[in-house]
Amino acid sequence: MKVSVEMMTAALLLGAIATSAIAFQSGRDPAYQNARESGLVGEKSDGYLGFVVPPSSAVRALVEDINIKRKAVYSKEALANGATVEEMALRTGCRLIAERTVSGEKYQTSSGQWRTRDGTAPELDSRCPQ
Amino acid sequence: MAQNRDQLTNRTDNAIRRHMRKMIFLCAPLVASVLTGCVQVTAPDKPIVINLNIAIRQEILYKLSAASEKVIQENPGVF
Repeated sequence: MKVSVEMMTAALLLGAIATSAIAFQSGRDPAYQNARESGLVGEKSDGYLGFVVPPSSAVRALVEDINIKRKAVYSKEALANGATVEEMALRTGCRLIAERTVSGEKYQTSSGQWRTRDGTAPELDSRCPQ
Repeated sequence: MAQNRDQLTNRTDNAIRRHMRKMIFLCAPLVASVLTGCVQVTAPDKPIVINLNIAIRQEILYKLSAASEKVIQENPGVF
Protein backbone atom coordinates (compact mmCIF):
# COMPACT_ATOMS: atom_id res chain seq x y z
CA MET A 1 0.00 0.00 0.00
CA LYS A 2 2.71 2.40 1.02
CA VAL A 3 4.76 1.45 -2.04
CA SER A 4 1.83 2.07 -4.36
CA VAL A 5 1.20 5.51 -2.80
CA GLU A 6 4.85 6.40 -3.33
CA MET A 7 4.66 5.20 -6.91
CA MET A 8 1.53 7.22 -7.51
CA THR A 9 3.19 10.33 -6.11
CA ALA A 10 6.24 9.74 -8.23
CA ALA A 11 4.10 9.24 -11.33
CA LEU A 12 2.14 12.42 -10.62
CA LEU A 13 5.36 14.35 -10.09
CA LEU A 14 6.81 13.02 -13.32
CA GLY A 15 3.60 13.93 -15.12
CA ALA A 16 3.71 17.46 -13.74
CA ILE A 17 7.35 17.82 -14.76
CA ALA A 18 6.60 16.46 -18.23
CA THR A 19 3.68 18.87 -18.70
CA SER A 20 5.70 21.87 -17.59
CA ALA A 21 8.56 20.68 -19.80
CA ILE A 22 6.23 20.68 -22.83
CA ALA A 23 4.94 24.12 -21.89
CA PHE A 24 8.48 25.36 -21.42
CA GLN A 25 9.60 23.84 -24.69
CA SER A 26 6.78 25.48 -26.61
CA GLY A 27 7.58 28.78 -24.91
CA ARG A 28 3.93 29.40 -24.14
CA ASP A 29 2.53 31.15 -21.13
CA PRO A 30 1.02 28.37 -18.95
CA ALA A 31 -2.34 30.17 -18.89
CA TYR A 32 -2.36 30.27 -22.69
CA GLN A 33 -1.32 26.61 -22.91
CA ASN A 34 -4.10 25.72 -20.50
CA ALA A 35 -6.70 27.72 -22.47
CA ARG A 36 -5.69 25.86 -25.64
CA GLU A 37 -5.78 22.45 -24.01
CA SER A 38 -9.16 23.04 -22.42
CA GLY A 39 -10.64 24.23 -25.73
CA LEU A 40 -11.46 27.78 -24.61
CA VAL A 41 -9.44 29.26 -27.44
CA GLY A 42 -8.47 27.95 -30.85
CA GLU A 43 -6.60 28.76 -34.02
CA LYS A 44 -8.59 30.68 -36.63
CA SER A 45 -7.92 30.21 -40.34
CA ASP A 46 -6.80 33.84 -40.64
CA GLY A 47 -3.71 33.29 -38.48
CA TYR A 48 -5.05 34.65 -35.20
CA LEU A 49 -6.47 33.14 -32.03
CA GLY A 50 -10.21 33.09 -31.49
CA PHE A 51 -12.62 32.36 -28.68
CA VAL A 52 -14.45 29.06 -28.93
CA VAL A 53 -16.67 30.00 -25.98
CA PRO A 54 -17.37 33.47 -24.56
CA PRO A 55 -14.12 34.28 -22.74
CA SER A 56 -13.44 35.38 -19.19
CA SER A 57 -11.77 38.78 -18.94
CA ALA A 58 -8.45 37.09 -18.21
CA VAL A 59 -8.65 34.85 -21.29
CA ARG A 60 -9.78 37.78 -23.43
CA ALA A 61 -6.82 39.88 -22.30
CA LEU A 62 -4.44 36.98 -22.92
CA VAL A 63 -5.71 36.30 -26.44
CA GLU A 64 -5.84 39.97 -27.43
CA ASP A 65 -2.27 40.41 -26.23
CA ILE A 66 -1.08 37.41 -28.25
CA ASN A 67 -3.01 38.54 -31.35
CA ILE A 68 -1.44 41.99 -31.18
CA LYS A 69 2.00 40.40 -30.96
CA ARG A 70 1.16 38.07 -33.83
CA LYS A 71 0.08 40.98 -35.99
CA ALA A 72 3.37 42.72 -35.22
CA VAL A 73 5.48 39.73 -36.34
CA TYR A 74 3.24 39.14 -39.38
CA SER A 75 3.63 42.79 -40.38
CA LYS A 76 7.40 42.67 -40.06
CA GLU A 77 7.74 39.45 -42.04
CA ALA A 78 5.18 40.52 -44.66
CA LEU A 79 7.18 43.67 -45.33
CA ALA A 80 10.37 41.63 -45.75
CA ASN A 81 8.66 39.37 -48.30
CA GLY A 82 6.62 41.87 -50.31
CA ALA A 83 3.36 40.41 -49.04
CA THR A 84 0.39 41.96 -47.26
CA VAL A 85 -0.12 41.37 -43.54
CA GLU A 86 -3.28 39.37 -44.36
CA GLU A 87 -1.40 37.11 -46.75
CA MET A 88 1.36 36.49 -44.22
CA ALA A 89 -1.21 35.85 -41.47
CA LEU A 90 -3.25 33.45 -43.61
CA ARG A 91 -0.20 31.48 -44.68
CA THR A 92 1.02 31.18 -41.10
CA GLY A 93 -2.52 30.26 -40.01
CA CYS A 94 -2.47 27.33 -42.48
CA ARG A 95 0.75 26.10 -40.90
CA LEU A 96 -0.42 26.71 -37.34
CA ILE A 97 -3.56 24.61 -37.84
CA ALA A 98 -1.85 21.88 -39.82
CA GLU A 99 1.33 21.57 -37.78
CA ARG A 100 0.89 23.27 -34.42
CA THR A 101 -2.49 22.14 -33.17
CA VAL A 102 -2.45 18.83 -31.35
CA SER A 103 -5.23 16.34 -30.79
CA GLY A 104 -7.99 17.84 -28.66
CA GLU A 105 -7.21 21.46 -29.55
CA LYS A 106 -9.65 23.65 -31.45
CA TYR A 107 -9.33 25.24 -34.88
CA GLN A 108 -11.74 27.20 -37.02
CA THR A 109 -12.54 26.36 -40.62
CA SER A 110 -12.75 29.12 -43.22
CA SER A 111 -16.56 28.92 -42.96
CA GLY A 112 -16.28 29.85 -39.29
CA GLN A 113 -17.05 26.53 -37.62
CA TRP A 114 -14.98 25.34 -34.68
CA ARG A 115 -13.55 21.83 -34.98
CA THR A 116 -11.51 19.71 -32.62
CA ARG A 117 -8.28 18.25 -33.92
CA ASP A 118 -8.19 14.48 -33.97
CA GLY A 119 -5.99 12.00 -35.78
CA THR A 120 -7.26 13.06 -39.22
CA ALA A 121 -6.04 15.93 -41.37
CA PRO A 122 -7.65 19.28 -40.47
CA GLU A 123 -10.00 21.11 -42.84
CA LEU A 124 -7.79 23.94 -44.04
CA ASP A 125 -8.72 27.09 -45.96
CA SER A 126 -8.94 26.33 -49.68
CA ARG A 127 -6.25 28.94 -50.33
CA CYS A 128 -3.68 27.16 -48.16
CA PRO A 129 -0.86 25.77 -50.32
CA GLN A 130 -1.00 21.99 -50.25
CA MET B 1 -49.55 104.49 -86.13
CA ALA B 2 -48.95 103.26 -82.59
CA GLN B 3 -52.41 101.65 -82.52
CA ASN B 4 -51.75 99.98 -85.86
CA ARG B 5 -48.52 98.49 -84.49
CA ASP B 6 -50.33 97.15 -81.40
CA GLN B 7 -52.93 95.45 -83.56
CA LEU B 8 -50.22 93.87 -85.66
CA THR B 9 -48.41 92.61 -82.55
CA ASN B 10 -51.60 91.20 -81.03
CA ARG B 11 -52.43 89.44 -84.24
CA THR B 12 -48.99 87.84 -84.32
CA ASP B 13 -49.29 86.84 -80.63
CA ASN B 14 -52.68 85.25 -81.20
CA ALA B 15 -51.32 83.27 -84.13
CA ILE B 16 -48.42 82.00 -81.98
CA ARG B 17 -50.79 81.08 -79.10
CA ARG B 18 -53.07 79.13 -81.40
CA HIS B 19 -50.12 77.32 -82.89
CA MET B 20 -48.62 76.52 -79.45
CA ARG B 21 -51.96 75.12 -78.26
CA LYS B 22 -51.97 72.78 -81.21
CA MET B 23 -48.34 71.83 -80.57
CA ILE B 24 -49.02 71.02 -76.87
CA PHE B 25 -52.04 68.95 -77.89
CA LEU B 26 -49.96 67.00 -80.41
CA CYS B 27 -46.93 66.55 -78.11
CA ALA B 28 -48.86 65.42 -75.04
CA PRO B 29 -48.86 61.68 -75.97
CA LEU B 30 -45.17 61.90 -76.89
CA VAL B 31 -44.24 63.46 -73.52
CA ALA B 32 -46.31 60.86 -71.67
CA SER B 33 -44.57 58.00 -73.44
CA VAL B 34 -41.16 59.47 -72.60
CA LEU B 35 -42.10 59.76 -68.91
CA THR B 36 -43.31 56.15 -68.65
CA GLY B 37 -40.04 54.98 -70.19
CA CYS B 38 -38.06 56.15 -67.14
CA VAL B 39 -35.20 53.87 -65.97
CA GLN B 40 -36.33 52.10 -62.82
CA VAL B 41 -33.71 51.76 -60.07
CA THR B 42 -34.58 49.40 -57.23
CA ALA B 43 -32.45 48.55 -54.17
CA PRO B 44 -31.18 44.93 -54.09
CA ASP B 45 -33.01 42.68 -51.62
CA LYS B 46 -29.76 41.00 -50.54
CA PRO B 47 -27.09 42.90 -48.57
CA ILE B 48 -24.09 44.01 -50.57
CA VAL B 49 -21.11 41.84 -49.63
CA ILE B 50 -17.61 43.03 -50.38
CA ASN B 51 -15.24 40.10 -50.36
CA LEU B 52 -12.03 41.29 -48.74
CA ASN B 53 -10.36 37.95 -49.42
CA ILE B 54 -9.79 39.16 -52.93
CA ALA B 55 -6.65 40.85 -51.58
CA ILE B 56 -5.02 37.43 -50.98
CA ARG B 57 -2.71 36.56 -53.87
CA GLN B 58 -2.37 32.82 -54.24
CA GLU B 59 1.13 32.89 -55.72
CA ILE B 60 2.35 34.95 -52.77
CA LEU B 61 1.05 32.31 -50.35
CA TYR B 62 3.33 29.73 -51.95
CA LYS B 63 6.30 32.02 -51.58
CA LEU B 64 5.58 32.59 -47.89
CA SER B 65 6.21 28.99 -46.91
CA ALA B 66 9.68 29.58 -45.48
CA ALA B 67 8.69 32.92 -43.95
CA SER B 68 5.76 31.39 -42.05
CA GLU B 69 8.03 28.63 -40.72
CA LYS B 70 10.56 31.24 -39.60
CA VAL B 71 7.94 33.39 -37.89
CA ILE B 72 6.68 30.46 -35.83
CA GLN B 73 10.18 29.27 -34.91
CA GLU B 74 11.41 32.71 -33.89
CA ASN B 75 8.39 33.68 -31.81
CA PRO B 76 7.58 30.66 -29.64
CA GLY B 77 5.64 32.69 -27.09
CA VAL B 78 2.91 33.95 -29.42
CA PHE B 79 2.04 30.76 -31.32
